[in-house]
Amino acid sequence: MTTLLLAEHDNATLSGETAKALTAAKALGAEVHVLVVGETVSAVAEAASKLDGAAKVLTAEGGHLAHRLAEPTAALIVALAEAYDAFVAPATTTGKNVMPRVAALLDVMQVSEVMAVEAPDTFKRPIYAGNAVQTVRSTDAKKVLTIRTSGFDAAGEGGSAAIEAVSATAGDPGVSSFVSEELAKSERPDLSSAKIVVSGGRALGSDEKFKEVIVPLAEKLNAAIGASRAAVDAGYAPNDWQVGQTGKIVAPELYIACGISGAIQHLAGMKDSKVIVAINKDEEAPIFQVADYGLVGDIFTLVPELTEKL
Amino acid sequence: MKILVAVKRVVDYNVKIRVKPDQSGVELANVKMSMNPFDEIAVEEAVRLKEAGTATEVVAVSIGPAQSLDTIRTALAMGADRGILIKTEDAPEPLAIAKMLKSIAEEEKPDLVILGKQAIDDDSNQTGQMLAALTGWGQGTFAYKIAPSEGKVSVTREVDGGLQTVELNLPAVVTTDLRLNEPRYASLPNIMKAKKKPVAEKTPEELGVDTAKRLEVLKTEEPAGRVAGVKVASVDELIEKLKTEAGVL
Repeated sequence: MTTLLLAEHDNATLSGETAKALTAAKALGAEVHVLVVGETVSAVAEAASKLDGAAKVLTAEGGHLAHRLAEPTAALIVALAEAYDAFVAPATTTGKNVMPRVAALLDVMQVSEVMAVEAPDTFKRPIYAGNAVQTVRSTDAKKVLTIRTSGFDAAGEGGSAAIEAVSATAGDPGVSSFVSEELAKSERPDLSSAKIVVSGGRALGSDEKFKEVIVPLAEKLNAAIGASRAAVDAGYAPNDWQVGQTGKIVAPELYIACGISGAIQHLAGMKDSKVIVAINKDEEAPIFQVADYGLVGDIFTLVPELTEKL
Repeated sequence: MKILVAVKRVVDYNVKIRVKPDQSGVELANVKMSMNPFDEIAVEEAVRLKEAGTATEVVAVSIGPAQSLDTIRTALAMGADRGILIKTEDAPEPLAIAKMLKSIAEEEKPDLVILGKQAIDDDSNQTGQMLAALTGWGQGTFAYKIAPSEGKVSVTREVDGGLQTVELNLPAVVTTDLRLNEPRYASLPNIMKAKKKPVAEKTPEELGVDTAKRLEVLKTEEPAGRVAGVKVASVDELIEKLKTEAGVL
């Protein structure tokens, strides 16, 4: 019984999502091997080897794996599959892209967005944008899981797992190739793992106002910036800032929603935050039903005042 | 090029669902049903490719109960040419759906299959990737932009941290994200015309697909609730509460 965990990284740094998914992987009760797929991943493998609970770190390096495209990455995992009973990845866009492909190749029904491990074959997962929670038992011999990392604490450090290279030649199906990438460069903490998130909604009214009102508060608090779908659709914020059912799921210590009404799809992405603050001029806005502290009024005066007084 | 689009009948986006008191599932009786919003985006994209002269035929497939015919008719009213309904008793899992779609793809030989990235009922986000795995085709998931060219399709994907563009050999599978396009509303004349468009019916048995469940649903519960907190009167009071009561600053 061994579990294979696919590490999330950018070839240079190991993402914090991996340590959280490791906690879920350990809950399956078996030894966990962490697989680092990419191009020159020694620094990432080094970081993974220190995670408490990683029994071994496997590296698979190759130019065709640099961007962890689903086709070669899934082929690689399937080539290693015989030695493993469970395959786990954080539910990042990489995990969500790769793991169902692995599952289908193994003829397994994946369990998506696991929020709790009840038993090695039994999991809780959200459905209907988190408005219901299902407990499912997998009857497949092998398990394939993606982990909603906001539900798990990060595994600590202190381990010293052996690092072992595995063959990366497992047939790239050769049907896909990487063209380009436009990644937002940000000085801000990562949205998925930030302790504080400041989010803006459609009420901001423009790209300029979003920058003028939301960004200074986020800077003051060293917070990540989030946005509602409405704000993203209106072009006030880039798409990777979207918090919600189909965007990022966050659970920071403090979530400050500014000018966000609180559609169920948005609430699905942030309602597990420890403390929620809502600032909105409409006192009937649904966001106040989940907020610990609500402040009714104009965001254009209240948010700068908050920034000023903090 | 020929495009296959998969569409699912789900509880309407605006309905606040209720969990059954006996925890056996979600209340679906007398609830408004609609096409999965991501699938509407898939249909729209296929129809636009046809209007641009890139696609020659758009076939809409739905798998589900008899009423899924309504969902196919919606796709036809939006501009799809014909439909295929695979009738099932209950809702098969993504793996079985992907196997049925593979069987349809073998018969129809599309150049591109477009699906929603996830259905808003079970939020699985698996079917497109699984179909690509089973056919051995490339997958362009969470599409933000699709640009087909000779024998290839370039797909710009919404990924954590930004956008990524990949090139796939055709045939390929693409799954749609929210910002790929804004789906049209079907006009009344088009809704009338859609009634005359052909829809073929099939069963999982005819396609040779076993739809037995791999996941046993033990129970369905309400999520842990969150109670509304307090309203504060001023920024000063807010800061005070965050510092002393909540202890997060």
